[in-house]
Amino acid sequence: MEILMAIVVGILFTSAVYLMLSKSLLRIIIGTSLLSHGAHLLLLSISGLKAGAPPLLGEHAADYADPLPQALILTAIVISFGVTSFFLVLAYRAYQELGTDNVDQMRGNEGND
Amino acid sequence: MINLPILPILIPLFAAIILMFFGKNITMQKWIGAIATAGTVAASIVLVNVVHTEGIQTVDLGSWKAPFGITMVSDMLSALLVTTTSIITFFVLLYSFRSIGKDRERFYFYPVVQFLLVGVNGAFTTGDIFNLFVFFEVMLMSSYVLLVLGGTKVQLRESIKYILVNIISSALFVVMVAYLYSVIGSLNMADISVKIAEFDQPGILTVIAVMFLVVYGLKGAIFPLYFWLPGSYYAPPTPVLALFGALLTKVGVYSIIRTYTLFFYHDTGYTHTILAWLAILTIVVGCIGAIAYWDVKKILIYNIIIAVGVILFGVSVMSPESLEGSVYYLIHDMIIKAALFLLVGVMIAITGTSNLRKMGGLIKDYPWLGWTFLIATLTLAGIPPFSGFIGKLLLVRGSFAAEAYLGGGLILLSSLFVLYSVIKIFLNGVWGVPKEYNGSNKHNAFYLWGSTVFLVILAVAYGVGAEAVRPLISQASEALSDPGIYIQAVLKE
Repeated sequence: MEILMAIVVGILFTSAVYLMLSKSLLRIIIGTSLLSHGAHLLLLSISGLKAGAPPLLGEHAADYADPLPQALILTAIVISFGVTSFFLVLAYRAYQELGTDNVDQMRGNEGND
Repeated sequence: MINLPILPILIPLFAAIILMFFGKNITMQKWIGAIATAGTVAASIVLVNVVHTEGIQTVDLGSWKAPFGITMVSDMLSALLVTTTSIITFFVLLYSFRSIGKDRERFYFYPVVQFLLVGVNGAFTTGDIFNLFVFFEVMLMSSYVLLVLGGTKVQLRESIKYILVNIISSALFVVMVAYLYSVIGSLNMADISVKIAEFDQPGILTVIAVMFLVVYGLKGAIFPLYFWLPGSYYAPPTPVLALFGALLTKVGVYSIIRTYTLFFYHDTGYTHTILAWLAILTIVVGCIGAIAYWDVKKILIYNIIIAVGVILFGVSVMSPESLEGSVYYLIHDMIIKAALFLLVGVMIAITGTSNLRKMGGLIKDYPWLGWTFLIATLTLAGIPPFSGFIGKLLLVRGSFAAEAYLGGGLILLSSLFVLYSVIKIFLNGVWGVPKEYNGSNKHNAFYLWGSTVFLVILAVAYGVGAEAVRPLISQASEALSDPGIYIQAVLKE
C-alpha cells in the first residue's frame, strides 16, 4: 500500500514541478496546490498505513492509526490554505496592476538589473 | 518565572492582537508597538541573564514531559539571538515612525511587524521540529504581507517570486519532517538527536541532512539557492528591508547551525564537506555581486549573502573555536546589517535615489550621517576595534587550526571585497561634489539618523566590549560543540 502511495505522491510532485515551470501564473498556483497535496499525502503514508481504528478512544479498538501525522497534516493544510488564498489574491492584484499573467512579461528594471 | 523563555513570543503576540483593534488610530499603534517591543527587549535581556546564571531554560508546554509535548528551549544561542532580534526590531520600529508613511500605517503595518517578531523569536526558541515549521510560516506569512504592503508594481512582481520560492521550500520542509518522522519516530529535537546517535546516522539520515540543507538554504540564501534574494529584497521600503536583511536569512542560518550541530554530527566527512563548499561558493558569489553594482541597496544585499557564507563556513569546520566565531559573527552581522540598511535608507531619503552615480557630497550638509556611515562600514569589514574583527579572527583561527586553509583564506580575502564595496558607497555617496537634493528635509533625516545611531553604538560596543560578552558567546558555542548539554537540559535524564 505504501509503495502505491509513494508512486502516486511521485506523480503529484512531477505534475507540480511541471506546472510550476510554466509561464501562466494560474498554472503555477495550481502547481503549488498539487505540491502541498503531495506533501500531505506523503506525511500520511510515510508513517505507515497499517489497518487500525480511527484515533478515537470511544472505538475501544486493540490498534489505532497513528494520530500524530494526522495532526501535523491538519496544521499543514490550514497553513497552505492561508498561503494559497493570499497568493491567489496577490495574483489577481498583479493581473490588475501589471496587466498580464505571463511571468515572462513580469519583468522590470528595478529589481532585476 | 518558569514561563520566561516564552515571554519574548507572547508579548509581541498579544501586542499584535491588540493592535489589530486600533486599525486607524496611528498614534495608538505607535505607542503600543513601541512599548510592547521595549517590553520584549527587557524580557529577553532578563532571559539572557537567567540562562547565563542557571543554565539552559526549558518550558514544557501544557506540562507534558519532554518528548511528548512541545518544549520551548532557551539555550544561550537562542537567548542571544532573541535579544538581538528584539533590539533590532525596536530601533527599526522607531525608524519606521517617520519613514513608512500613512498609507502603509493605516493598513496594519505595526501588527504585522509584531507578528514577524513572534515568528522569528519563536523559531529561535522552539525545541520541536514541526513547531519550527509553524514558526517559519508565521514569520514568512508576515514577511509576505510586509513585502507587498503598499502594492507598487515592483513589490507585486517580486512578492510573486518570493512567495513561490517559499511555498516550495515549505513543502520540502514538510516532506523532510515526514521522512525524519518515519525514520526516527519523534519530533522533539533533543529526542531526535538521541535516536540518531543510537543509529549512528545511516545513509538515509545523510540524505535527510542534505535535504534539510536545501530547505534551510532556500530560507537563508546559500550558494545555488540565493537567486530569489537580490530581487525580492530590493522591492520593500527601507525599514522592512532592514528587518528582512537582519532577521529572515539569519533564521535559516540558525536552523542550519542547530540541525548540523545537534542532529547530523556523526558523518561530518560528507555533510559538512558539502556545507563547507557551499559556504565558500556563497562567499564568492556574494563578493562578485557586492563589487559589481552601483546601487547602494544592491551592494548591501549581496553583503548579506557574503555574511551567510562566512557564518556557515565556521559551522562546517565544527571546531569549538570556529563555532564561537560563527556565533559571535552571527550576532554582529544582524546588528550591523540592520544599521547599514537604515543608514543607507537615510541617504536614499535625502537624495531620492539609490543610484550611487547620482549621489555625492552628503558630508557637507550631513556630517553626522557621513561619519556614522564610515564607522558602520569599518565595523562591517572587521577593522580591529570594532565588532566584525573578533568574529572573523576566531573563524579564521579556527579554520586554520582545522587545516581548512582555502576557506580561512577566502574569509580574509572576502573582507577586502566587503570593505571595497562599502567604501565605494562612502567615497561616491558621502564624499565628492555636493548635488541638489529634493528628498526629505534635514529635520526628518536627523530623526531617522537618530534612531539608527544607537544600533551603530551597539555594534561598536559589541566589539570594544568583547571581553564582557565573551562568556555569553562561549556558553552558546559550548552547547553547540557538545549536544549532550542541550539533550540533558531538555530530556532531564
